[in-house]
Amino acid sequence: MNKKLLKQTIFFQIFRMTSALVILFLFVMIWTFISNGIGVISWTFLTDMPKRGMTEGGIFPAIVGTVYLTLGAIVFALPIGVASAIYLVEYAHEGRLVRIINSAIINLAGVPSIVYGLFGFGIFVVFLNFGTSILSGSLTLFIMILPTIVSASREALLGVPKSFREGSLALGATKWQTIRHMVLPYALPGILTGAILAVARAAGETAPIILTAVFFFRPSLPRSIMDGTMALASHIYYMATQHHAINLVRPLTYGSVLVLLSIVLSLNILAIVIRTRYRRRKNW
Amino acid sequence: MPVKIETKDLTVSFGDVDAIKNVSMEIFTNRVTAIIGPSGCGKSTLIKSFNRMNDLVSNVKITGQVLLDGENIYGTNYDVVTLRKKVGMIFQKPNPFPKSIYDNVAYGPRIHGIHKKEILDKIVEENLKKAALWHEVSDRLNSSAMDLSGGQQQRLCIARALAVEPEVILMDEPCSALDPIATAKIEGLIRTLSRDYTIVVVTHNMQQAARVSDYTAFLYLGKLIEYGLTKDVFENPQNDLTEKYLTGKFG
Repeated sequence: MNKKLLKQTIFFQIFRMTSALVILFLFVMIWTFISNGIGVISWTFLTDMPKRGMTEGGIFPAIVGTVYLTLGAIVFALPIGVASAIYLVEYAHEGRLVRIINSAIINLAGVPSIVYGLFGFGIFVVFLNFGTSILSGSLTLFIMILPTIVSASREALLGVPKSFREGSLALGATKWQTIRHMVLPYALPGILTGAILAVARAAGETAPIILTAVFFFRPSLPRSIMDGTMALASHIYYMATQHHAINLVRPLTYGSVLVLLSIVLSLNILAIVIRTRYRRRKNW
Repeated sequence: MPVKIETKDLTVSFGDVDAIKNVSMEIFTNRVTAIIGPSGCGKSTLIKSFNRMNDLVSNVKITGQVLLDGENIYGTNYDVVTLRKKVGMIFQKPNPFPKSIYDNVAYGPRIHGIHKKEILDKIVEENLKKAALWHEVSDRLNSSAMDLSGGQQQRLCIARALAVEPEVILMDEPCSALDPIATAKIEGLIRTLSRDYTIVVVTHNMQQAARVSDYTAFLYLGKLIEYGLTKDVFENPQNDLTEKYLTGKFG
């Protein structure tokens, strides 16, 4: 074999191994948490309150808290994110304002999550006096996922062919009628996919909610959005670092990780399913 | 001869480039007017200024006037939605909506507030008949418009445009994406429709202009070079450029 060819083969093999590494990381991670966590997973673990200083019992309030926090975030983020994407794509003319908004989106997406946490603490918990509550946490997560929703919605809107808009406008439809009937319905799957991925990210965030919404231990379900809560991500953090008997509760920690991981991965798979189904059905 | 559309000293520019320069012409009611000329001469820009579709381009600048029934459509109080209801448009590439055949035709009427099923049924049937498509699709009105052939899709777009009861129909190279048989059908349709509608058709196909139109306008580099009865323009062109273009010396 000549030297050039040998070189090529060696490099290709290295590249192949690096890409195999990506899959390896994912599988090792999933396998670690399944093998260590599956033992404690049971119906009671999922539906029971934590007991005896969180050394026994379940993680029901943490699951419920995570669901509330992420739902709250998406309730704010979806309408506001989609509305601003509509403005950017359909109404705004290329110009300074659009450039400013676009760079704001990029910068907002790059802010570290602990900074969002501190910001939410300062604004929602203290200044607006919402206290440590689901509302404060949801609003903090909302600001964090907003750029993702705006970007995903914008891509989805841009993906709708111009000919739909022209065809509709040429029939005497107003701009809003055109957006409502000929653009949004066809952008919706893309918007939903983006929203689900954003929710998956919000569900796993820890720093923002530790500072704004969650308690170490709260053995009852929140009764309103002004109540604080437990949440999976923060629960895992506390169980792994703050608990008085870390080694004793380790199996429970693994179980919680497995639950959170399942939720996040299911959401990601759901997004992929929606995207592929929509691509297959799309006939334009 | 009653005038439907009149342009007065119309200039349309995109950025620094003038696409249409000082065009003044009259388009006559219930006649077919063809606009011919080489690629890039401003044909499409000219008809798109008749229903203000040029407004969608961000850096467009329009001076002069376009009068529809004597009223300046670029006037400050003129409602562009009403204008586009009166002046329908057929695009170069058939652009049916990814909806059923029925919903495509019903889209316009629904937008304008008609929701009663019996009325919509009637509108859909009537206009599919006018567009000579009814007997091909009457048994599958609920199947997707995307499954139709290109020629059928273009006739569906014509039915869709007719359904909002326009007075003028603008056609921007309506046959350029179609095969000869589908083209012949659309051309026949243009002739039939001209009894009730004012039609302006842009075409790069001179034979097509000769076959379907009553009047022909020859546009070159954004200027109106010659305009008159199709017969006169083709048989006895007054301008040197027109003659050269018609005889294929450039194009």
